[in-house]
Amino acid sequence: MSETAMASTQTTEPRPGNELLVDVRGVDKVFTRGSETVHVLGGLDLQIPKGEFLALMGPSGSGKSTLLNLVGGLDRPTEGSVTVGGQRIDKLSDRKLAGWRARHVGLVFQFYNLMPVLSARKNVELPLLLTKLSGKERRKRAELALEIVGLSHRLNHYPRQLSGGEQQRTGIARAIVTDPTLLLCDEPTGDLDRKSGDEILDLLQALNTEQGKTIIMVTHDQRAADRATRTLHLDKGRLSSEPQA
Amino acid sequence: MKYLSLILGNLRRHKLRTALTLLSIIVAFLLFGYLAAIRSAFLAGIDVAGEDRLITRNKVSLINLMPMAHQAEINRVEGVDFATHNTWFGGIYQEPSNFFAQIVVVPEQYLELYPELELSDEDRQRWLETRTGVMIGKVLAERFDWKIGDKIPIMNPLWALKGGDRNWTFDVAAIYDAREQGIDTSQMFIRFDYFDEARQWGQGQVGWYVVRVDEPDRAGEIAAAIDAVFANSPDETKTEPEGAWYQGFANQVGNIGFIITAIVSAVFFTILLVAGNTMAYSVRERIGELAVLKAVGFTDGAVLGLVLGEALVITAIGGLIGLGLAWLLVAAGDPTNGAMPVFFISVRDLLLGGVLILALAFIAGIFPARTAQRLQVADALRR
Amino acid sequence: MFRIINQVFQVTRFSLASLPQRKGSSLSAMVGIAGVVVVMVGVLSIAQGIMATMKSSAGEANVIVMRSGADTEMTSGLGGDEARLVTEAPGIARQDGQPVASRELFVIINLPMRSTGTDANVPVRGVEPQAALVREGFRLVDGRMFTAGLNEVIVGVGARQEFSGAETGSTLAVGSEQWPVVGVFEAGGGLSESEVWVDAPVLQDAFRRGNSFQSVHATLERPEAFQDFKDALTSDPRMNVKVQTEAEYYEGQSRLIYQLVTGLGTLIALIMGLGAIFGALNTMYTAVASRTREIATLRALGFRSGPVIASVLSESLLLALLGGIIGAALAWLAFDGFRAATLNFSSFSSMTFAFEVNTPLLVQGIVFALFIGFFGGLFPAIRAARTPVAHALREL
Ligand SMILES: Nc1ncnc2c1ncn2[C@@H]1O[C@H](COP(=O)(O)OP(=O)(O)O)[C@@H](O)[C@H]1O
Ligand SMILES: [Mg+2]
Repeated sequence: MSETAMASTQTTEPRPGNELLVDVRGVDKVFTRGSETVHVLGGLDLQIPKGEFLALMGPSGSGKSTLLNLVGGLDRPTEGSVTVGGQRIDKLSDRKLAGWRARHVGLVFQFYNLMPVLSARKNVELPLLLTKLSGKERRKRAELALEIVGLSHRLNHYPRQLSGGEQQRTGIARAIVTDPTLLLCDEPTGDLDRKSGDEILDLLQALNTEQGKTIIMVTHDQRAADRATRTLHLDKGRLSSEPQA
Repeated sequence: MKYLSLILGNLRRHKLRTALTLLSIIVAFLLFGYLAAIRSAFLAGIDVAGEDRLITRNKVSLINLMPMAHQAEINRVEGVDFATHNTWFGGIYQEPSNFFAQIVVVPEQYLELYPELELSDEDRQRWLETRTGVMIGKVLAERFDWKIGDKIPIMNPLWALKGGDRNWTFDVAAIYDAREQGIDTSQMFIRFDYFDEARQWGQGQVGWYVVRVDEPDRAGEIAAAIDAVFANSPDETKTEPEGAWYQGFANQVGNIGFIITAIVSAVFFTILLVAGNTMAYSVRERIGELAVLKAVGFTDGAVLGLVLGEALVITAIGGLIGLGLAWLLVAAGDPTNGAMPVFFISVRDLLLGGVLILALAFIAGIFPARTAQRLQVADALRR
Repeated sequence: MFRIINQVFQVTRFSLASLPQRKGSSLSAMVGIAGVVVVMVGVLSIAQGIMATMKSSAGEANVIVMRSGADTEMTSGLGGDEARLVTEAPGIARQDGQPVASRELFVIINLPMRSTGTDANVPVRGVEPQAALVREGFRLVDGRMFTAGLNEVIVGVGARQEFSGAETGSTLAVGSEQWPVVGVFEAGGGLSESEVWVDAPVLQDAFRRGNSFQSVHATLERPEAFQDFKDALTSDPRMNVKVQTEAEYYEGQSRLIYQLVTGLGTLIALIMGLGAIFGALNTMYTAVASRTREIATLRALGFRSGPVIASVLSESLLLALLGGIIGAALAWLAFDGFRAATLNFSSFSSMTFAFEVNTPLLVQGIVFALFIGFFGGLFPAIRAARTPVAHALREL
């Protein structure tokens, strides 16, 4: 997988023929802080077919995380609809939404958000606790996920004993352990050095191409965005395929 | 104080946490004030005991009566100003749980010896003119809603009227108040002349003597002289200062002072721990900000003062509110409905409360304040 | 259902695993709750002790007869003949042909307390030999019984502990006389243990009481015989008496002080408990705040609010339980069996008693601790579960 080969596959339009996984329509998001209101997203549309690796760029504060949260069911739009895998998630109750997240999305955070009191393996097992799997099965899957991210030798280490890159790989293992269709990564390399960042990007790319995971990745880094199959820019609440001047 | 706005701002930052800390401090001081009142109730009398007054009782025990003739002999003892006798009446108004003290006295003499009882001339005159009249305290009058002129039936298991009837009736002739805090106004005083004539047996026998001495400094010596007069007589006496007499009662009730001090200490230790911990936490949380303050030129001392000041503001507000609430609660009356005749927070205890506020603020604030003071700016900013 | 429980269990495990990192605040909450429990159990054990003393003073089939209108022995008076008639009444148990009944006098004398050296009103009881049969559990633990007609006394174990000179071989000053102490007795933990006993006629002489008594204590053949016994005496024109079971009598004697101690104790415990709830709330809010990101991450991963609430609650309940157990244990170690003396307000005389920390009291203390823990944890738990996930994730 050379970079040039990847770059050549970049398009700005959804690849035709593929079934839609994410369908965001006419979404407004308004935050009210006291008397102030902040219009973050206005009438936003976004369609993502299955199997796409989408990079989302834009200036800080433009609403990238907000958008990601909407797609991941962590927050609800003020206006408009969010459909993922044919399911209107903005209408689900908190309870249902929690269950939905557990089954369908994997989240990767900029600051990893690992449980400091749990070992890497236990951290990865965490989402499996929400399933009916037996302890043995959970353990096996967690180990498999850690193997995929190349951390088989770090099973029993605690987060504070891992480097930033290793922590993020643990975070990714946790995101994929339930085998979700959609991976949402908010600046996954934002806190890492170049080398570790590249390793993470390799991993995401492999997950996309080899396992067919649909990925949305927020990033500030053009080099990271180059790994994606499509790049969108968010600015002033609107999406466009080119950065605004 | 130019930092006040900064301190208040910090306290406002986590309103809930500040409120909870404040509430626990309020509770601590409320309890302190309340227990102080209970303590003074149990030690009633000791504080207001007359320095120039002695009590002479039968050596065998308080319940053994003494001849009235002792009075003249006591009066003759060198250093004695004059003596009067009292007798425990011990009657029951309606039911035993309505307990209050009833004491048989010689009115003019008693009032002369206890100038701290406040009585209008009118009431005084009325009592002196009514043989079956009684003088009652303000608290007692309020407790049973008694007014001047009311007739009060009292059953007495101890003293019967001539003919064997045990139901006595008295007229409320006077109501007294206290000139100073701590004086029992829950008592009833009965006239001796009427009592002695009306009782079935025991004429000429009295309970104990109150003796006023000329020089309080010589009280011990005079007490010994009084007891010496009656040594080897059938009615030997034991004389002690009024304060010691009350202290003796308090000692018998038990070491209330100790128990209450122990409770208050336990409460304070607990609150200290909780408040101190919260303050330490809020400092830890703000290490970065404190470092910025230092970076812009605050001295170590100023930062120390800032954190201590925060502790002081919160303890002072909580402590004063707590003491105020205790004051209101105590003013509303004693919780046992009459078992504690005096119930108040003394000025001394209020001052002690003030000292405790300062101490609590200091101990709770000093550790986080020292942390803040010692903070290395460069280190902290990197965190 | 099982999955929910499993979630609760798992989430709770994380929160407990991170407890050591929050040592300071967790410990302070625990110690605070322990303090409340110690004070509460301690104060209430005084009331329990007084109650227990009064209860064990009363024999099941025992009665006390006083002059009608008297509410304590102190204010009662019975002529010698009147008292003898009482002992001959039907229904009283007999042993060796003698009624199990004792005509008694009750006075107080002043003796210095060992603890402070100041005088206390020590109850002295003039008894007939049958008195030992009437008191359940009467047993000499030292020395011998007094000799009839001599001014010898025996003292209860409580009196021995509290008053100077109340021990075998010593003498007690009664007026100008010195009465030798020849023995020490137990009486099943009852009130008699606070007393000094002497032959009744000796006390009558010393206190110029002629041939009069103040009460008759007697044991009936059966407890059910009480009503007949009472009717027989109250309808007898030769006497004017009040008949009570000992249980009734002692219950009345202790009511005032029991209510006083229980009332004050409960009030103090409630106020302190309130303080402890604020403390626990503070601790748990802090704990929740320091775990904001952790909790938000769990919820982002799909954990529901229920388990999150349960985990915070169980943490605070656990702390409270530990605090409660520690407090109860400390109170038990410090107070159970601790002997003290107080003034029995109704007879104006000293009574000694042992603080009693019994199982219901311990349970009460621990339940109170859990109550504090529950309220201290509930609101922080709800807050943890209510904060919007997206918002909480931004916080750190
Ligand atoms: N919970 C919130 N309350 C108020 N304002 C918010 C909240 N979340 C985000 N915002 C505001 O929305 C805007 C977009 O935030 P975000 O999506 O985090 O930006 P980005 O990830 O692109 O840097 C910012 O101006 C931010 O202040
Ligand atoms: Mg962002």
